[in-house]
Amino acid sequence: MFQYIFKRLLLMIPTLIGAAILIFFVLRLIPGDVCELRLAGSGLYADPEQIKLCRDNLGLNDPILVQFWDFIFGFLTFDMGESMWTGRAITYEIGLRFQLSLQVAVMATLVAIFIAIPLGTISAVKQNTWIDYFVRAFSIAGIAMPSFWLGIIIILGLLISTQAMFGEPWMPPIQYVSPFEDLWANLSQLIWPAVATGYRYSAVATRMTRSALLEVLREDYIRTARAKGLVEKLIINRHALKNSLLPVVTVIGIEFAFLMGGLVVTEQVFNLNGLGKLFVESVLNQDFTLTQALVMVVVTVFVFTNFLVDICYAWLDPRIRYA
Amino acid sequence: MAKLLEVEDLQTQFFTSAGVVKAVDGITYDVEEGETVAVVGESGCGKSVSALSILRLIPDPPGRVVGGHIKFMGQDLATLSDEDMRTVRGRQIAMVFQEPMTSLNPVLTIGLQITETLQQHLNLNKEEANARAVELLGKVGISDPDRRLKQYPHHLSGGMRQRVMIALALSCNPKLIIADEPTTALDVTIQAQILELMKDLTRELDVALIVITHNLGVVARYADRVNVMYAGRIIESGTAEDVYHYPRHPYTLALLRSVPRMDQPRKAKLDPVQGQPPDLTKLDKGCAFRPRCNFAIDKCTSNGPVLETIEKGHTVACWQHEKLLNALETA
Repeated sequence: MFQYIFKRLLLMIPTLIGAAILIFFVLRLIPGDVCELRLAGSGLYADPEQIKLCRDNLGLNDPILVQFWDFIFGFLTFDMGESMWTGRAITYEIGLRFQLSLQVAVMATLVAIFIAIPLGTISAVKQNTWIDYFVRAFSIAGIAMPSFWLGIIIILGLLISTQAMFGEPWMPPIQYVSPFEDLWANLSQLIWPAVATGYRYSAVATRMTRSALLEVLREDYIRTARAKGLVEKLIINRHALKNSLLPVVTVIGIEFAFLMGGLVVTEQVFNLNGLGKLFVESVLNQDFTLTQALVMVVVTVFVFTNFLVDICYAWLDPRIRYA
Repeated sequence: MAKLLEVEDLQTQFFTSAGVVKAVDGITYDVEEGETVAVVGESGCGKSVSALSILRLIPDPPGRVVGGHIKFMGQDLATLSDEDMRTVRGRQIAMVFQEPMTSLNPVLTIGLQITETLQQHLNLNKEEANARAVELLGKVGISDPDRRLKQYPHHLSGGMRQRVMIALALSCNPKLIIADEPTTALDVTIQAQILELMKDLTRELDVALIVITHNLGVVARYADRVNVMYAGRIIESGTAEDVYHYPRHPYTLALLRSVPRMDQPRKAKLDPVQGQPPDLTKLDKGCAFRPRCNFAIDKCTSNGPVLETIEKGHTVACWQHEKLLNALETA
């Protein structure tokens, strides 16, 4: 088991190196740069001298390998320099948003798990009954509905219903408050985006749970469990569910990592200052340092989530544990 | 001896898109206490389905028991609630399946899979159940049972897993064990061991056994009675002695001739049963075996033969059984 974990940890290194190389060079293939955007972005005339000066200042005129070395060294020492656009420290820019994005992602994952596993299980056990049809419709709707749209509906619903109930509309707070400062204010802001994204997320996981469980329920060992006269609850919870969770864990892992950097539109709808929004801005501004740092953060989250997923595999399936 | 299990006119059908498959089409037999009954036949003749029907383990849909009665110790199993049926499964009637590689749950320890049954049926606490599991594993010839309890199925070989399955079946002292081709997936040497084990244990513990097999060699070794099935029906039934030495149905005869025998000269050619088993969705009222039968007459097409008793304890469903006897004597 220890060896397995260690191997997985080692495997993270080449992935990170590959991602670093890829993002560094791909970014530089895009025409234009941050200095042109900064000085001539609005279509005004820019002095070529000034652009050159700006590039010199930002280190964009250094040999490319030197720039690459700066980037890698910065990443290894957790000092990723300043944003090329705002000039503020990148750790500051990211740190400001990381906590929020992480919290939304964790909450959405919890929402998804609490919806998906019970619903998927019921749906599989009661296959082709009205419960199953209902769950399937519910999850199809979740996949079909864009979460930003659901977000808009949630906000409108909140406004209208609070208006009707209390006479004046209530909006979730806009300013992010750390949960350690004021849990209530924090949750009343973040629960809505978590539900909006968690619903779509749960829809995928519900369908995965259902189909995996249906497959497992046809296995020989389930027939053995029935022949032993076990109660149905034990057959499902102990014998079937554990075997069918592997694909579900995979989906949950991938979705979680995606939520960390991919919630661009939902963040817009709920006016959240998260990583997704920062990501888009940094790319539009051709802010190399910030984009690189963000990519590395998201890749690290991805790799680490996959590591956790692998650990879950080993925990669920002894054949992986002892291999 | 008292009758333990009475199967009466059991009919199990599968409702598929290709039509209704009459997998079991009216079979009747008894099992007495402590007796070993063999059910023999080709693949797809309804042996396994008849066994699963007894425990109500036929997946529904597509399958369903559509007729007949199964009485266990005088009680009709079809009338039991699901709750009561659960107390029969594993406790009174246990089952050993064909595929030891897939019949144990890969993610649970051997110990848990044995003790959960004990805890369910016998209300043992954890220590008692563990002690009993160790005892059971020892009984089925698994060395170092304490360590095995903590292992997972993939640590064990096929033969070992089948031993675990037997231990599981024996765990709650059932009255009847149904073994569905218990040795088919095993090596020949292991097959013999497993059979010996089952024979010894069922005799020692006085458990009745229904053993389902397509291997006539197996049956010879230890069945008290043999039911030969073809196309969902029992076509011959008798003591092992009767069926082996005085077969009265052409199918039984053909099966016997298709098995290599030690007492025949080495050059003797095997004589496989010609043709294919019939499509169970397209059975007519005639005898299902007649297209493959060397003794068929016109009557076989118009009227299906019914089981008749030709001597005490020996029944056969064939219009030509007299002729078969003559053929055997002249051969």
